[in-house]
Amino acid sequence: MGTTYQERSMTIPEIHPEHKEYWDAAAVGKLLVKQCDSCGEFHYYPRVLCPHCMSDKTTWVEAKGTGSIYTYSVMRRGVPYAIAFVELDEGPRMMTNIVDCDLDTVHINQRVKVVFKQSGDQDNPGPYIPCFTPVEG
Amino acid sequence: MTIKGMAYIAGAFEHPTRKAPDKSVAVLHAECAKGALEDAGLTFSDVDGYFCAGDAPGGVLSMVDYLGLNVRHVDGTDTGGSSYIAHVSHAAQAIASGKCNVALITMAGRPRSEGRSGVKQKQVGANVPDTPFELPFGPTAVNEYAMATMRHMYEYGTTSEQLAWVKVAASHHAQHNPNAMLRDLVTVEDVLSSTMIADPLHKLDCCVVSDGGGALVIVKPEIAKSLKRPPVRVLGAGEAPKGLLGGKTDLTYSGAVWSGPRAFEEAGVTPQDIKYASIYDSFTITVLMQLEDLGFCKKGEGGRFVADGNLISGIGKLPINTDGGGLNNNHPASRGGIVKVIEAVRQLRGEANPQVQVKNCNIALAHGTGGGLATRHGSATLIMERV
Repeated sequence: MGTTYQERSMTIPEIHPEHKEYWDAAAVGKLLVKQCDSCGEFHYYPRVLCPHCMSDKTTWVEAKGTGSIYTYSVMRRGVPYAIAFVELDEGPRMMTNIVDCDLDTVHINQRVKVVFKQSGDQDNPGPYIPCFTPVEG
Repeated sequence: MTIKGMAYIAGAFEHPTRKAPDKSVAVLHAECAKGALEDAGLTFSDVDGYFCAGDAPGGVLSMVDYLGLNVRHVDGTDTGGSSYIAHVSHAAQAIASGKCNVALITMAGRPRSEGRSGVKQKQVGANVPDTPFELPFGPTAVNEYAMATMRHMYEYGTTSEQLAWVKVAASHHAQHNPNAMLRDLVTVEDVLSSTMIADPLHKLDCCVVSDGGGALVIVKPEIAKSLKRPPVRVLGAGEAPKGLLGGKTDLTYSGAVWSGPRAFEEAGVTPQDIKYASIYDSFTITVLMQLEDLGFCKKGEGGRFVADGNLISGIGKLPINTDGGGLNNNHPASRGGIVKVIEAVRQLRGEANPQVQVKNCNIALAHGTGGGLATRHGSATLIMERV
């Protein structure tokens, strides 16, 4: 049987000026993360100042878009959905949803790749949001 | 400067209501304030310091005005449900530095009457930096704590049966509390067969949604000695917010790993000295993880520690939440911290419900985790002593 993924109206995020590039990239299917020019560390969610060393020299980098599930939970009230933290292959762990799969088969360490879903709904569409789906095999 | 011995908890009051459709939140605050001051044997005119958090309508300014207070020190620190445990420490600091002599802490709310619950998406204000990267994914109180649970199970082999024992202990205590919202005894099987809310947390892994509130009165030692109630002295405290660490996210521990050692060091005691502990129980996992992080057992052994009745007063090694806790008694305004301090004070005074009163209870701990265990939470630890 399983629990089939269903489309769900995602809350439209508030767009802050420093994240314009992030949302523009998401609209064309690219996931951006920030890397610090000073300490070399990646971080997430993206900031102007590096949260690891407070340097103001941070650069947008396109992530490979692949990673593995660090943890997750399937909400069983209302339309079921899987909230998760995915560890990107670049290192940072990010909150996301696991989509386009049988939610009952989601598990920790599962390999996943990014897929973008539009927030809002037909009458009020919002930015595209980075979700993840299991990689076959 | 230390707060050890510099302040006493002179008054404590838990509002008896669990559903208050006909009272505003401000009225509940006022009734709690009155109750705690009467418990202490003091009056509103004695209060010269006031403390409240995000549940207080209009914040410190509206509440000071509404309550008719004439104060020279205020503090509106908000770290979610742990706020009021931190407020005791802040009040002790203010008293120790001469900023006030009689500090009043109030909290109240009515999420039950207002139809709020932990399965609904969190409400947040504008301009919060993290929300664009979280709200689209549907974080709620329960699925956040569920994600921390899932990782704890993966890393340490913690089981749903072990978590259920936390609820079983709460129900054992709540059966003796006439004000508790849920008073029926439950078994491990009852917890496991209750509705799954967010994997792996069942309905009975979750705290109640209740209206109500509480208040505390903290005073300087000279005033405490002039009052008639059994004196409860503040020994030590620690605080620590924890977040997502810029993506170096680790959901297997809470801020208690930092706030706990700070409190124990200041108090000059160890976990082995604690006769009774109020441990924040928004969910069963919260208790298990905090017990590990505070050092009551080794990291990863929380599941075994909480099992088989070890948290039940008179049966186990560490009686906790003898009022029934947030799981069974009360979680007013979805912020349980003040009730945690109140039950610790009852135990130290020897005024807990007789069936759950811990013998020779001379040192107690209250600990809170407020906010989201899988995103950002405040952690506050308080250690108290009966003099």
